[in-house]
Amino acid sequence: MKLLVTFSRRKGYEPIIAKAVKETGVLIRVDRAHIDSSGGEVLIDVPEESCRIVSEKMGSLGAVVKVLEHPVVRDENECVDCGACVSVCPREVFAFDGEWRLVMAVEKCVLCGKCIEACPHDALSQQVPG
Amino acid sequence: MEKSIELINNRIREGNARVVTAEEMPAIVAELGEEGALAEVDVVTTGTFGAMCSTGAFLNFGHSDPPIRMSQVFLNDVEAYGGIAAVDAYLGATQQSTTRGMEYGGAHVLEDFVAGKRVELRALSRGTDCYPRRELTTELILEDLNQAIMVNPRNAYQRYNAATNTTDRTLLTYMGMLLPDCGNVTYSGAGVLSPLSNDPSFHVIGSGVTIFLAGAPGMIIGEGTQHSPGKGFGTLMVTADMKEMSQDYLRAATMTGYGVTMYIGVGVPLPVIDLEVVRSTAVTDADIRVKVIDYGIPTRDRPALREVSYADLKKGEVEIRGEMVKTSSLSSFRKARQVARELKRWVETGKMPLALPTRRIDARKLVRPMRETARVPRVQDIMDRNVPSVSDGEAIQEAAKKLLRGDTNHLVVLDREGKLAGIITTYDVSKAIARPGRAKQVRDIMTTKVITANPDEHVDIAARKLEQYNVSALPVVGQGNQVLGMLTAIDLGKLFGGRWLK
Repeated sequence: MKLLVTFSRRKGYEPIIAKAVKETGVLIRVDRAHIDSSGGEVLIDVPEESCRIVSEKMGSLGAVVKVLEHPVVRDENECVDCGACVSVCPREVFAFDGEWRLVMAVEKCVLCGKCIEACPHDALSQQVPG
Repeated sequence: MEKSIELINNRIREGNARVVTAEEMPAIVAELGEEGALAEVDVVTTGTFGAMCSTGAFLNFGHSDPPIRMSQVFLNDVEAYGGIAAVDAYLGATQQSTTRGMEYGGAHVLEDFVAGKRVELRALSRGTDCYPRRELTTELILEDLNQAIMVNPRNAYQRYNAATNTTDRTLLTYMGMLLPDCGNVTYSGAGVLSPLSNDPSFHVIGSGVTIFLAGAPGMIIGEGTQHSPGKGFGTLMVTADMKEMSQDYLRAATMTGYGVTMYIGVGVPLPVIDLEVVRSTAVTDADIRVKVIDYGIPTRDRPALREVSYADLKKGEVEIRGEMVKTSSLSSFRKARQVARELKRWVETGKMPLALPTRRIDARKLVRPMRETARVPRVQDIMDRNVPSVSDGEAIQEAAKKLLRGDTNHLVVLDREGKLAGIITTYDVSKAIARPGRAKQVRDIMTTKVITANPDEHVDIAARKLEQYNVSALPVVGQGNQVLGMLTAIDLGKLFGGRWLK
């Protein structure tokens, strides 16, 4: 399950991820991270059953945690199944089925955004976590 | 044995014609043999659905009151060519909006019309005695137009070379996003279903032949522009009435960083009149070969890295320089199938009678490059041949002196063999002196990843490098990486007023 963790550095330099791993014992995979002097946005992958405990732990450490159920969304009316997205994706999210329809494995998505940029039909977008 | 077109059309009328798609044909020929397939199959339908930039439509708006002779025509802020009579215009698919840029263009206007949406027409004129009106704004739907006739100068490319990129940065091209270091391969075309790949000798494809164009019954006008069948790159000029088109087969698109284009579905029904048609429609993806071209080289004749077949490309991976690289199709094979199947239904139900060419298309023609009569400025024409340099082992203070003496902001750094090792700027030197640290020699502060130019390179290409990499100078290097000169923005200024000619 993908979680988008955002935190600000105003609350000090808590090692949020390290603490969450240590205290929950859940192995967290970091898919993508952007951290600078003022704060950070980190995309992590955790087993579904540990989602709640990790979220709560990170929340208690001052981070905002959002579950990303559909990291990348396809507008079926716009998509023509061309496949421009297939080879630009670093995680093999996109593939064709036997009928040359585009199929997506969104759970592999790391939100790099390349497919959204590459889609000639403006059919892909990133889910804005609410 | 041969079959006449009348016989085939009779079978269609009687409802017992055997119509198959080009995808089904190879197996039928393999099973029944060529003679058997000729006896069995009457029509083979083809189809393709992909980006076809060379698309557009002639539009007639009807006369306003008072009348206007439009000289400038805008549709949803996309300019159409108004240099044809008073209220006619040609709207090209790739023309970009004057207000929305790349995200909206001629293709989107055409799609909006087909979708039944309102489109704003704005026209300007200088006014004449017979056409006094100077300005006009109105909203139109497709129904309001007298004619909206799509005439596409170049559609249905026989096949198209695949693309990759050997440079270290992402390229945004009409072949889609090309990742650095051959990170992917993109291709276009329906392969086995491609209309012209199923009749490369233009035996039954020619002027007057009925076709499927964007959901409408249409016709082949003749050879397309850039038609080059002698090397397997034939094209078609086609037409159909936009009022009969469907959004299912006509989709505006934007290739990021490149521009607007139109995705169009085109299908040609091929009457199986003789063995030649049987043989050419038995073509498979494995038979249709294309080159993988390096779009990292910005010249007309880009180098090819290897040759592959559509069968290889469709597998999803091809080997490039010893590594497996993922492929992306830019055209839709699912849609191409949909075109071929819809066309099959049209033929079976008698909606589209078959016709033979009324005028043949040359199957041997070759496209020629442009004849350029003006001499094109090259980097060597304007570069500065006096290049101050330092060696990588010299002290930073020495470099500072040379910068002062040379009245320049850049010094090329040479290694022991006199080859380019790096570059340093006044900024690098100032920084090293202002913050004294461990850096003592030129090699400690130089940039080693130098963006360079070739002496033969067109100046526009060098100018684009300066802009893209945000650098102010390009060392010009020869074959063995020896420095021949330096090109700066100041040198580019020489181009104004034609001073480079002297």
